[in-house]
Amino acid sequence: MCCAGVWEGSVLAVDAEALGRLMPMALWLDRTGIIRGAGPALEKLCADSLPGQRLGAQFEVLRPRLPEATSASEARPADDRAKAVAGRNAGAEVDLAGLLGARVYLRLRRAPATTLRGVAVPARVAGADGLILNLTFGIGLADAVRDHGLTTSDFAVTDLAMEFLYLQEAKALVMGELHALNARLQDARRTAEAQAMSDPLTGLANRRALDQDLARAAAVAARGGAPFALAHLDLDHFKAVNDLLGHPAGDFMLGRVAAILREETRRADLVARVGGDEFVLLLRGAHDPAGLMALGARIIARIEEPCLHEGRPCRISASIGIVLSASHPGADPAQMLAAADVALYASKRRGRGCCTVAPPPPTGPPDDGADWLD
Amino acid sequence: MHGLVNRSIQCFLGDTYGADLWAAVAAKAGAPVEGFEAMLRYDDALTCDLIQAATLRLGKPRAALLEDLGAYLVTREPLRRLMRFGGVDYTEFLLSLEDLQGRGLMALPDLDLPELGLESGAAGRFTLTVTAAQPGWGAVFAGMLRAMADDYGALALIEHVAPPVDHETTGAGQTGPGQPAPVRLGPQAAAQEWVTVELLEARFASGRRFDLAAMTTGA
Repeated sequence: MCCAGVWEGSVLAVDAEALGRLMPMALWLDRTGIIRGAGPALEKLCADSLPGQRLGAQFEVLRPRLPEATSASEARPADDRAKAVAGRNAGAEVDLAGLLGARVYLRLRRAPATTLRGVAVPARVAGADGLILNLTFGIGLADAVRDHGLTTSDFAVTDLAMEFLYLQEAKALVMGELHALNARLQDARRTAEAQAMSDPLTGLANRRALDQDLARAAAVAARGGAPFALAHLDLDHFKAVNDLLGHPAGDFMLGRVAAILREETRRADLVARVGGDEFVLLLRGAHDPAGLMALGARIIARIEEPCLHEGRPCRISASIGIVLSASHPGADPAQMLAAADVALYASKRRGRGCCTVAPPPPTGPPDDGADWLD
Repeated sequence: MHGLVNRSIQCFLGDTYGADLWAAVAAKAGAPVEGFEAMLRYDDALTCDLIQAATLRLGKPRAALLEDLGAYLVTREPLRRLMRFGGVDYTEFLLSLEDLQGRGLMALPDLDLPELGLESGAAGRFTLTVTAAQPGWGAVFAGMLRAMADDYGALALIEHVAPPVDHETTGAGQTGPGQPAPVRLGPQAAAQEWVTVELLEARFASGRRFDLAAMTTGA
């Protein structure tokens, strides 16, 4: 397998036990594939005593592919390929010269079929030409350590296995911390977003949230998607409550109105407080003016119900102006808000405590608001 | 200072003395209410203030508190395991300490652990030199080495030798109106401290088990 001249003058004799200490994962074989000795870690992996066994009996040679065995292969059925391959490595006499030079990949025949990587060099083994095959676990190190119960003393002192395992655990710890940090930051971001989008007093959406949702709903409606209605609500006599009974009473009333608006709308709708005593409802889906009038009347009736704050009666009312996206073909948010505002002031003019649904903007000759529904 | 250091101090104080003490110390030192993030960086002065506030609150000498901190840290399983990778026995572990700074940097490139140098003398005597930008690491390592001796089942006498100068920077007993201003070393100045180890018996007790393979309970 190698020219005898190689040894002249450069023979390095190492005691087998010492070699095992230097390379605990090494095998030394004669050229026919019989194992003559092995490092202690490899002995531990294989459970059986290795000397005297064929390389192929313990290991499947994955790479490089060795040439066909010289005997007993013709008799096998052609379809039983796996068995033939196993037999080629396991039983027959194999010329191991093919292992020299390239990277060698072996797999343990016994479970858990650990894969090993190595390199073979020619050597004088038991007084004849042979080779030393030194092996390592490669990337499967951590699994191998667990599967085979390996300890520090199973590795060569020069092996970086400890550093690899150390790094793997340290990395897992750091990654764990980073994941936890990311989760906390994500939470904080969500909270900050929610805070930026809500009115702290009532917990309703704020102007920013309304603008965002309205722009989105308007874009959908403009493309012929789901329509929506916009209701602008302004409290009546709220200033009197604030001035006469104090801000706590005013805040209490705002909280109560917020609760009513939440209850009277659906989950998908948006209720926003856009000013001191101004609210806007974004009501998603198709609505008919009569239904909206009924909703407005119900909300106003509930807001008008007398209530007590610290034993003192508080009474307020509300005026509402509503506009439908169906009446505004382009569903322009600013135009719709302005139209809702106009409808709201129509309610105020009619004596407050009522609801107005805006008519579609004039398309033909101006009609001067003849269609106001009130 | 790396958040990991501050976070360690937070966990140590909270686990050892309770959440109330931690809250009081955090408030006094001006630490974040929600606690430290292990993966963020904080001002070095905050770490000093934290230790200062804890020593005052507990009425415990600074060095004693830091030794307890060191012992606490290496008895946490993940960190104990990382320390045990240092060697099969206590002597090997001691010899591996010189690599600790490098190992730390391998895991976290911005982790500023102190520089460690080990000198072995006769008859199981070792001197660990701890060089760091802030004083106090020597005490932390004394605590760590003591706890690791237990972990390996070794019988050893471990002593922290504080530097002769700068002794007044240790916070215990330092009281003053308002914010006490401890003498802090500048970024260039390095504090050197020593830990002496006298290894009496390497295999005194059985020590704690260490499997190379980590328990794979989803990290």
